[in-house]
Amino acid sequence: MARSLVDSRADPAYPRPVPSLHALANPARFLAIARPLTPVLFWAGVALILFGGWAGLTQTPPDYLQKDSVRILYIHVPTAWLGMGGWSSIALSSLVFLVWRHPLAMIAARAIAAPGATFAALCLATGSIWGRPTWGTWWQWDGRLTSMLLLFFVYLGFIALVRAEDERAGFGGGGRIAALYGVAGSVLLPIIRYSVIWWNTLHQGQSIGLTKSTIDPAILWPLWFTLSGFTLFFAGIVLMRMRTILARGKAEARLRRRAHHVEVTA
Amino acid sequence: MNHWPFIIAAYGLTAAGSVALAAWSYIAMRRAEK
Repeated sequence: MARSLVDSRADPAYPRPVPSLHALANPARFLAIARPLTPVLFWAGVALILFGGWAGLTQTPPDYLQKDSVRILYIHVPTAWLGMGGWSSIALSSLVFLVWRHPLAMIAARAIAAPGATFAALCLATGSIWGRPTWGTWWQWDGRLTSMLLLFFVYLGFIALVRAEDERAGFGGGGRIAALYGVAGSVLLPIIRYSVIWWNTLHQGQSIGLTKSTIDPAILWPLWFTLSGFTLFFAGIVLMRMRTILARGKAEARLRRRAHHVEVTA
Repeated sequence: MNHWPFIIAAYGLTAAGSVALAAWSYIAMRRAEK
């Protein structure tokens, strides 16, 4: 078949292809967006957290039952949200990696793991501190607390798996086993979510929703600032860690090329 | 029971954890991108 010497794609009449998921997930394009976005997300998050924290500590009334300890809500709920949201993102990224084999998806999953584990640990710690004055105990082996603790261990398992795969196949190599684990671990999320309904627990039931809440608006409003602030902060951290992984991968590839060149010329 | 020591402990722990995570991620990024 004869091929035209003129590239029809240069013709304005030629329909431009819609950028595919692969094109948008190109590391160079990703870095061009991530570099300016990282400080914006990070500092916007910090500002919202500081404002929400200040408002929660000084501008809201104490709860009639929990008294001042209700103020722990403004940090406990965002840490729980990010602990669970982090794993949802790992599961989704892992699925994208398994289906489309795009390495950037696995890089995202790897970057989310440490911040996700940190926020899961902070959720457990702040919940435990909150439990002492309200429940009279630091810890209870009930459905919600135990399933959240399990999620923290699942995060540690994912981090260990990624490191093991790195050692076996080189930095950023492999990732399939960790991705399968990432998808399988998502089974914990509905267990955590519905644990307060399925089992008798000290932990209060679902009290905050997108459309309605059982918490008085006079107490609730700073939570939206800390929740959005911690989410932006988390996104900024994840971008920093994705940039780190990409830069390390690039440096390692350069070293490998140099080593190969030395071997060939020797 | 005075609740404020518990509130300060929870906020302090979250602040320390978040600052440590941010510092660790930022330093690692700067070193890798150098």
